[in-house]
Amino acid sequence: MTTVASTGGPAIAPDRPTPPISYFAGRPRPGEFVIRLLLRIAAAITVVTTIGILIALTIPSIGFFAEVPVIEFLFGTRWAPRFADASFGVLPLVTATAWTTFLALLVAVPLGLGAAIFLAEYASPRLRKILKPLLEILAGVPTVVYGYFALQFVQSTVFREWLQLETGAFSVLAAGLVMGVMIVPTIASISEDAMSAVPQAMRQGSAALGANRMQTTLRVVFPAALSGIVAAIVLGISRAVGETMIVAIAAGNQARLVANPLEQGQTMTGFIANAALGDSRVGSIEYDTLFAVGLLLFLITLLINFISIRFVRKFREAY
Amino acid sequence: MRIIDGTIAGTIRTERPIASGTNGERRPAALIFLVLLWLSLVVAFGVLIALVVTIIIDGQGQFSWRLFTEFPASSPDRAGARPAILGSAWVIATTAVMTIPLGIAAAVHLEEFADKRNWFNRLIELNVQNLAAVPSIVYGLLALAFLSMLGVRDKNIVMAGALALSLLILPVIIIATREALRAVPSEIRQGSLALGATQWQTVWRQVLPSSVPGIATGAILALSRALGEAAPLLVLGALVFLSFDPNGLLSGYTTLPIQIFNWTGRPQEGFHALAAATSVLLLFLLVIMNGLAIFIRNKFQKRW
Repeated sequence: MTTVASTGGPAIAPDRPTPPISYFAGRPRPGEFVIRLLLRIAAAITVVTTIGILIALTIPSIGFFAEVPVIEFLFGTRWAPRFADASFGVLPLVTATAWTTFLALLVAVPLGLGAAIFLAEYASPRLRKILKPLLEILAGVPTVVYGYFALQFVQSTVFREWLQLETGAFSVLAAGLVMGVMIVPTIASISEDAMSAVPQAMRQGSAALGANRMQTTLRVVFPAALSGIVAAIVLGISRAVGETMIVAIAAGNQARLVANPLEQGQTMTGFIANAALGDSRVGSIEYDTLFAVGLLLFLITLLINFISIRFVRKFREAY
Repeated sequence: MRIIDGTIAGTIRTERPIASGTNGERRPAALIFLVLLWLSLVVAFGVLIALVVTIIIDGQGQFSWRLFTEFPASSPDRAGARPAILGSAWVIATTAVMTIPLGIAAAVHLEEFADKRNWFNRLIELNVQNLAAVPSIVYGLLALAFLSMLGVRDKNIVMAGALALSLLILPVIIIATREALRAVPSEIRQGSLALGATQWQTVWRQVLPSSVPGIATGAILALSRALGEAAPLLVLGALVFLSFDPNGLLSGYTTLPIQIFNWTGRPQEGFHALAAATSVLLLFLLVIMNGLAIFIRNKFQKRW
């Protein structure tokens, strides 16, 4: 194994990734060092953002956890931060988030995978060129508009008028189902990428053995693209957990343990959005509560995102 | 033997062997599967159509020029979204000015200059991927904490909203720009370098000009996301009753999505109609922006 000398010429170790083209470029002109420095700073700002998020969420959270024990926060079952006998058990918010996320996946996984399989395996290039941008529109609709739709159409017209369901003005169900539709393009486009990356030779091999397209899709392409599909679903979970406006409008604003999806409930994001409406003084416990919930939300999505990124890497490497 | 012959013959006859209708494509299971695939698309688009129809029907009573000229009022029949429209314009323009140059610069560094063997550059890359999936409301909390630290009392200013939205769409712009840069073939760079240009000259005169369509498309799509975003602005207190036009970076503001949220939450039906009408307006703006992005991509993008 040869190591690359720092001042040497273009000698590349064969077992390392190829160096960027800059490795072969001539010496920059004097002023260009400044430009390069500026570009580097611009890229570093993204890291500063992450550090900023961590600091911004942690400092008020420290103030919060000085007053509320972590155990009580994580495992308490009563969330009433603004009451006289305040209680800071976050579980009601977490269960509502879990419900909306679960319901969203119930819609988004079958629809997203169905769309992805159709686009990757069945649609002609021309049809795909039309359908893909149309599907992307679903991701482009503003979430407030989805929220309006969930509240005014799904909850009040479909659930209450047409189906005569036993439900109030808000429900976790309406918010979750509509959120699922919003996530369909996320799951569809990443899964489709993963399935399109499966080499054509594998499909041909399957067809040569007498399999039809359904068998080829389900038994050859789908398993081969599995890590990408998992990444897509995991990213969909991250979207659902972090989605704010749909739940703030349609899921309700009473924080309690949700047992039935027809009840209302307040998610973590819903709480932050609602609590921010009231003017909280900087440094007060109400203000710190926002950040404690925000920190929990950030850590959950961070974990989910890293799982997703790992799976994406895996499928990128596979073929 | 004949069956095998038949299968082979069938495969050879068709242009796309996988798509041939002969080897079991008409079996019930295969047909049901295909119907289910179609159904998933039909349901997804059905919801989209239901959504558009809902807001058009709900909002039909409130489509009028009043929406553009009037301020919010306590009676739905006198209320309009004028400050919200202007506020959205201010915030999005400020966001664009702050974030597009920054995003392009970061992407150029990562794609053209950064040595991928360097741990810091790999960290930046992982970080950008993660930032793109951070919940939007967290960016609101970041801006809120930042302004509190600076001691800013009134956080409902155009500058603060634009800051939150800029950080929110920065990773989106970086990712889109990197893709546009990657689409430029390396022969272009090698040719330029071989003629004695420095690397920056190559980037500035060859690579960037040929990736402008891709970058523009990505930037417009990112801005359209910022235009529809409400959560971070809600955290910054943008939900206010505004009776004046926003007129500067330090001016108070509200935006279209926030206005829709506000009106949706009111008990009176008239305000719901206003929310629906404003939703139609917002969707219309987004369709125009997306259409522009697609137009630029199809019309100007170079194919090598």
